[in-house]
Amino acid sequence: MMGFPNVPTLSYDVVVIGGGPAGMAAAIKAKELGLKVLLLDENDYLGGILPQCIHPGFGIHYFGEELTGPEFASRLAKKLVELGVEYRTSARILEIRNYSDLEKFVLFTSPSGLYGVWARAVIYAAGARERHAFEIGIVGDRVSGIYTAGEAQTLMDIYGVLPGKEIVIVGSGDVGLIMARRFALEGAKVKAVIELMHYPGGLARNVMILRDFGIPLYLGHKVVEVRGKGRVKKVKVVRIDENLRETGEEFWIEADTLVISVGLVPAVKKLKKIGVEIDPATGGPVVNDRLETSVPGVFVAGNSLLINDLVDYVAEQGEMAAEGAKEFIENGGIESRRWTRVEKGENIRLVVPHYLSGERDVYLYLRVSKPMEDVELRIPEIGKRLKLPVVKPAEMIRLKLKEEEIRGAGKLTVEVVRP
Amino acid sequence: MRKTYRFTCIVCPLGCSIEVEVEDGKVLEVRGHTCPRGKEWAIQEVTSPKRVVMTVLPVENGALPTVSVKTAEPVPKEKIPELMRFLASLKLKAPIKIGDVVTEWKGVKIVVTRGA
Ligand SMILES: Cc1cc2nc3c(=O)[nH]c(=O)nc-3n(C[C@H](O)[C@H](O)[C@H](O)COP(=O)(O)OP(=O)(O)OC[C@H]3O[C@@H](n4cnc5c(N)ncnc54)[C@H](O)[C@@H]3O)c2cc1C
Ligand code: SF4
Repeated sequence: MMGFPNVPTLSYDVVVIGGGPAGMAAAIKAKELGLKVLLLDENDYLGGILPQCIHPGFGIHYFGEELTGPEFASRLAKKLVELGVEYRTSARILEIRNYSDLEKFVLFTSPSGLYGVWARAVIYAAGARERHAFEIGIVGDRVSGIYTAGEAQTLMDIYGVLPGKEIVIVGSGDVGLIMARRFALEGAKVKAVIELMHYPGGLARNVMILRDFGIPLYLGHKVVEVRGKGRVKKVKVVRIDENLRETGEEFWIEADTLVISVGLVPAVKKLKKIGVEIDPATGGPVVNDRLETSVPGVFVAGNSLLINDLVDYVAEQGEMAAEGAKEFIENGGIESRRWTRVEKGENIRLVVPHYLSGERDVYLYLRVSKPMEDVELRIPEIGKRLKLPVVKPAEMIRLKLKEEEIRGAGKLTVEVVRP
Repeated sequence: MRKTYRFTCIVCPLGCSIEVEVEDGKVLEVRGHTCPRGKEWAIQEVTSPKRVVMTVLPVENGALPTVSVKTAEPVPKEKIPELMRFLASLKLKAPIKIGDVVTEWKGVKIVVTRGA
């Protein structure tokens, strides 16, 4: 087997790509399971996006107490170091190569040069990327003062620089709402949060922020244009009808800053290159219940798998992927007598994993397409029914299925319906 | 004067829609909650809402230019602007560890959540 000429190579059982909560939890679990593991992250610190999320709201399920992002990250980092997990920061993965099922090669740059790592399994936990203004059709002048939420958050909560004085936020998901609070707390005027849909995108506890600070929320509206000379001066907002068509009703809001928070997309470019099959609904890979992708021995967890609103589930997925890697390395593959396909029924936008072995307990992560009240989550094939008082697209649903329940099922259709 | 407050309970993921009927600052009735925790929260929310406050403070000679901090307990909502003005006057020097208490404000500890 050939590596790259003149590239020093290392050798491990498993390489974890990404040192956010998913990657750290995966590396910790892999080490605990006795695997020789290396974790790589391109930032010069561990934690992924957590160190910049300074609000409380992390870890209620995973650590049994409410922590801020940096605190959650530091708990995992401490455990990682205590266990002696090998990791490198400032290590950017350039490429993954899949030579054979048990021979993967990962190429990365680091301050001391280019390296290659041979591994038998790869856990991919590189998080998500943010969608930009041009991806949602905002046109206008080329001006400064337009940021994605993540850029604005890094500027403010890592570097201590307020991005602007009068801010319009596009998108009412959790990220947008949390940023609205931070801007308002730091003394900026948040002039409006603009949301395309006719319901807010974030968790109720975050929507409450707007009331706290008296920030207007425009549901069923969108920003279409930005004007200014050098710096943002005003943005044009139009009202949208029930079918998301522009009504022609429009107005301008004066602001020096526009913050775009219209969602994250799993960062899977490097996986696509090695032929990993992608689910258009999640934007992440198609996986089995070990979180293995369609390329054997390549596992995925966290926001690279699907966009999560709770870090607790991200860490849980990291652990699942590590268990998968262990089984893969020991048995030379993830086996099942028959894979059960999980299908989307009524009012289901996405569901992960896509295939179940029926040989172990499993968590399904799913989101609905539209908000509903007093519904039942059902899987008719196995007679599963669960009453839910409210379902919202913003709130991921996690459902545990026991091995006894799913063993031998041909396929499973998940649906959310009125009883 | 009689007033009805409506909001979504945030104590647990069920997110019940709660209504609180208030007259002259006194709670007359709470509707829509499905557990006592929700009722308690709703009453606090209309009588004396409290929040945990978080910010970053500049730090000299740290690995990063700021450390992040939070209040060790929720503080009354109407006191937040005053607290923020107080915090804005602080400047710190590295090394600072996560969990350190950098100062107190009216008996509320200001705790470091990201060191430098
Ligand atoms: C603003 C905001 C607020 C949030 N609030 C909450 C909350 O209150 N409660 C909660 O539970 N959850 C919250 N979340 C969600 C939670 O933070 C995320 O789901 C979680 O951090 C995702 O973790 P991850 O490990 O998948 O990805 P990330 O944390 O994004 O980590 C991915 C890592 O991979 C690295 N990486 C990427 N590409 C490469 C490469 N080529 N080479 C090397 N390294 C690479 C990156 O540097 C990064 O460190 C919030 C998220 C955001 C954005
Ligand atoms: S009222 Fe009780 S059950 Fe309903 S959301 Fe609040 S805490 Fe949860």
